[in-house]
Amino acid sequence: MLLRRLIPCLDVADGRVVKGTRFIDLSDEGDPPTLAARYAEAGADELVFLDITAAPEARGTLLDIVERTARSAVVPLTVGGGVRSTADIKAVLRAGADKVAINTAAVRDPALIRRCARMFGRQCVVASIDARGRVGTSGDAPPGWEVVVRGGREATGLDAVAWARRLVELGAGEVLLTSIDRDGTRGGYDVELIRAVVAAVDVPVVASGGAGTPADMVAAIVEGGADAVLAASIFHRDLHSIGAVKEALAAAGVPVRRVPVAA
Amino acid sequence: MVDYGAGNLVSIQHALSRAGATVRGASRPADLVGADVVVVPGVGASRPAMAQLRRHGLDRAVTDAVEDGAWYFGVCLGLQLLFERSEEDGAEMLGLLQGSVQRVPDAPRLPHIGWNALERVRDHPLLDGVADGAPAYFVHSFVAAPDDRSMVVAETEHGGRFPSIVASGRVLGIQCHPERSGSDGLRILANLVRLAAPDASAAG
Repeated sequence: MLLRRLIPCLDVADGRVVKGTRFIDLSDEGDPPTLAARYAEAGADELVFLDITAAPEARGTLLDIVERTARSAVVPLTVGGGVRSTADIKAVLRAGADKVAINTAAVRDPALIRRCARMFGRQCVVASIDARGRVGTSGDAPPGWEVVVRGGREATGLDAVAWARRLVELGAGEVLLTSIDRDGTRGGYDVELIRAVVAAVDVPVVASGGAGTPADMVAAIVEGGADAVLAASIFHRDLHSIGAVKEALAAAGVPVRRVPVAA
Repeated sequence: MVDYGAGNLVSIQHALSRAGATVRGASRPADLVGADVVVVPGVGASRPAMAQLRRHGLDRAVTDAVEDGAWYFGVCLGLQLLFERSEEDGAEMLGLLQGSVQRVPDAPRLPHIGWNALERVRDHPLLDGVADGAPAYFVHSFVAAPDDRSMVVAETEHGGRFPSIVASGRVLGIQCHPERSGSDGLRILANLVRLAAPDASAAG
């Protein structure tokens, strides 16, 4: 039986992990490969790097980090952020990433998803979708969620559920679904959003945005139907350990990979 | 290690080095000469992969190396390429083993992405020290359907059941990614290196 995945996400800017971490025992807590190896040892099923570097000239730094992480962590690695072309994707894969998340570039050029799926296989093409609940000023606003890009600063007018379906039709092998409303709040995932997208596509869906407690992750999987749950700050700030979350998921009847943690 | 273009080779190269192997990338037939093990990694679809192998003459070089006594270790797509044809896109493949490649039968969702159990069908040195049912990382939509079921070493269930490890003499294939499967994956790679090593020393 396929196990449900728990995925820590690291935001990387100019080669450093940002959004402060609290691993004071690490000699270099801002070093992405060091943190990645720590999470892998603790039982992370997969890792996601989101490169939020503003300047394109810093991309070489990212490739070096991906390569060092691929050597040190024996779990899969997804890399996203600033991926705009098949050449970008090839470089990231050659550096050691297993999957590449495409977000803004897919909105600008949806056919990029198809080209990447043809060149590299759909299993390594992740459609990353940031969604925000539509809030009507009058009573007749359409329900649902709108796709936003640039970290939520720019609305696209696209319906998130229809967009997910479209990107999967074009060749995406997985959907990384982030609720911008919940992101950073630790107030729980948007379970309705997850459920709507899971029902619309036949590929795995990774839930993101809002994880605050293990119970939130249980809800995303059991009620939302997510194949995997992604979280950042609760792990970085050591609010909940990966082991503790896995225990809670298992106790709720969710099949997970249990990793004996070395003393 | 056959390198035919796309994909992540860093992880498996590094994991095999950790397991004690000396890894050499092979992008031309001459690079395979003298190899104890030919590793064929890869993800994605069989047709473009076979086209890349043929373009560089690597399809013949791989089968020649195996006929000359080298071990074959296929990972993910590298397992699937061992068989004769793909039922999905009709691709003609290496044909070192008899059978075909098909979509994972009765899968609830595809691609099959994540950790799933390697359920042992029979003992094989590749699985020495690996518990029956140990989880390993998969990312694929297609699987092998061997004509001869006796080559199946382990199976995995995702809706339907499919062979996750096959072995026929020195020809080995694994559908999951041992280089991404934690300590059990590294043990499988160490077992591979140990299996092939005596030949290396005997050959001087």
